[in-house]
Amino acid sequence: MSRFKSSERYIVSDDLGKAVDVAIAIGRPLLIKGEPGTGKTLLAVDLAKQLGKPLVRWQVKSTTKAVEGLYQYDTVKRLHDSRFGDGDVGDIGKYIELGPLGRSFAAEHQSVVLIDEIDKADLEFPNDLLHELDAMSFSIPETGEVVDAKQRPIVVITSNNEKELPDAFLRRCVFHWIAFPERELMAQIVAVHHPDLESELLASALEAFYRLRRLDGLRKPPSTSELIDWIAALRHADIDPAKLLGAGLPFLGVLLKKEQDVTLAERGGARGGRH
Amino acid sequence: MSAAEAAPPAGGGRGIPLFLDFFYKLRERGLKVSAHNWLALLDALGQGLHESSLDGFYAVARCILVNDEGDYDGFDLAFAETFRGVITDLEHLTDQLEQWLRDPKQLMYLDPAMRALLESIGIEELRRQLLERLAEQKKRHEGGNRWVGTGGTSPFGQGGVHPSGVRIGGSGGGRSALAVADARRFRDLRKDLVLDTRQMGTALRRLRRLKRKGAIEELDIDGTVDETARNCGDLEIVMRPPRKNDVRMILLLDVGGSMDPHTELVSRLFSAAHQHGGFKQLESYYFHNCVYSKVYEDAAFTKPVTIDSLLRRTDSNWYLVLVGDAWMHPGELMMNSSSFWSVEAAPSGLRCLAKLADHFPRSAWINPEPKRLWDAPTIHEIGQLFEMVPLTLDGLGEMVEHMRTPPRAGRRTRIAKVLRERE
Repeated sequence: MSRFKSSERYIVSDDLGKAVDVAIAIGRPLLIKGEPGTGKTLLAVDLAKQLGKPLVRWQVKSTTKAVEGLYQYDTVKRLHDSRFGDGDVGDIGKYIELGPLGRSFAAEHQSVVLIDEIDKADLEFPNDLLHELDAMSFSIPETGEVVDAKQRPIVVITSNNEKELPDAFLRRCVFHWIAFPERELMAQIVAVHHPDLESELLASALEAFYRLRRLDGLRKPPSTSELIDWIAALRHADIDPAKLLGAGLPFLGVLLKKEQDVTLAERGGARGGRH
Repeated sequence: MSAAEAAPPAGGGRGIPLFLDFFYKLRERGLKVSAHNWLALLDALGQGLHESSLDGFYAVARCILVNDEGDYDGFDLAFAETFRGVITDLEHLTDQLEQWLRDPKQLMYLDPAMRALLESIGIEELRRQLLERLAEQKKRHEGGNRWVGTGGTSPFGQGGVHPSGVRIGGSGGGRSALAVADARRFRDLRKDLVLDTRQMGTALRRLRRLKRKGAIEELDIDGTVDETARNCGDLEIVMRPPRKNDVRMILLLDVGGSMDPHTELVSRLFSAAHQHGGFKQLESYYFHNCVYSKVYEDAAFTKPVTIDSLLRRTDSNWYLVLVGDAWMHPGELMMNSSSFWSVEAAPSGLRCLAKLADHFPRSAWINPEPKRLWDAPTIHEIGQLFEMVPLTLDGLGEMVEHMRTPPRAGRRTRIAKVLRERE
């Protein structure tokens, strides 16, 4: 029985639930990959909620450096204080601010740390975190202080596959790839976002959606989040479900974001889709 | 080395536990299972996370042993092979593991790679740790829970009932792990297949890092502010190499004729290079069948560019990638133009290719034809001048590796030989 289960906010497959359990039990970071819009980030949010633990989120950008997750030394503030006299600048510790990972190490209670979109950062980024994630400890050279994790945080890492991650890093992670949901699971996911959706509209929308995804040669197939937006648009405009099964889908622009894809869908739609 | 030879005979009943057999099968499928992964799996099994069921074992083993979705299919194959026809009750898997650990002779039956792997961790240490784990787990089975920080009751050992949730790809709960593995749901994710533009872009982007460390330095403003502040306000300049991508690439595309079936794939590669490659300069030219003394700026062959002018404008720092099936009549490789009627004295196709290979040490030939056809004479011949890779994700990865290292000596000799011939 997996401990981490679907909630009213988030639907989890068995395999994913098991991967979460394993990561927590053996104390390794959980690396989640999958198509955009398959709910990688939401997983960490919901896990924290289910476990009743605080979520510490670290959003990685292209310029993010590994050390920023641990701590930052605000040298400019210290310089300012030394020039314009405010407080004791001899105490460097005052100018050290812990980053997301550092805070979760230092906290009294266990937290869930989300390192979101790790593939956005430089290629060296994951390697720079290896030691800290293994030992769950780091030192601050400026003050000589060592920060040890009081409770090993539960670490969830997401990647959109924009860059490949180094082997040494991958070896240390529990890995799960979120497959694109099949129709049945997708119906449950949609229900989370549109609890009072008429079943007829749901069935037609899913039919149209999966037919669209089956089109050969789409540059960017529509994802879950686009489906959810699309259904919102359909409901708002009070579209007749029967219209979704013919050619010429309404609000196609919500589902497809590339011009070639729209053209392709319009052509494919005329043929009634490829099976 | 084949794992099957090194492992003891299956009928011998040497007590090689199933999971070791599984390990060999995974390696045969090309999964790089490291000592790290293996220890983690033993740890998880020791904690009873597989709940004594094959389904549980499948899920636990997969999330630990596989760290790339491209390997899911190989995992499924190895899993089905190992466990088909085996009693699916894994109640005794840990007992088996324990017995195995207690008998030092068992190490004799390991193949060298597995032994090296275990020895790198220290056999004795491993044995001690695992036995401790197993003993702990037995105690825990009676109740209690040492799962860090959950505070709840034990989630383990509640019997083999499958959770009622929906399994992705299945028709609902209740599909056994073997059926799931047999379904090979992840076949499409294999890296030896070609997928979309985005994935090609990711592969090509790996070329980018090669040239990140340019020689020209720029001022690192953040670093300067930081160091200056540390320096009590005395200016401390910090310089750094520019982060701009410095890769310049020439793409030569074969169009028409035998390349027609590959048009869609090549056009994806083309847009991947343009959209996602992020190269400093990317020039693409077209040729038909073989490169002769000219290539063309357009696929309709109306704007010729001579190879000589191309070589004059570019230096050996440029990357050259040719895309073509290298499939032609051997005579075409020796002709000096794609037209039989041309009377100009010009070097043969092979010589032109050798000239390119000589000028651009960092070059590769991407061939969309499956590898089994590469024995064809012209493909073989061209393969001696350029590193030839298939048009798959694996192939693109291979290409990046080749471009990072200087051409092999044999290749250089071959190129020089072609250039000397019939001068």
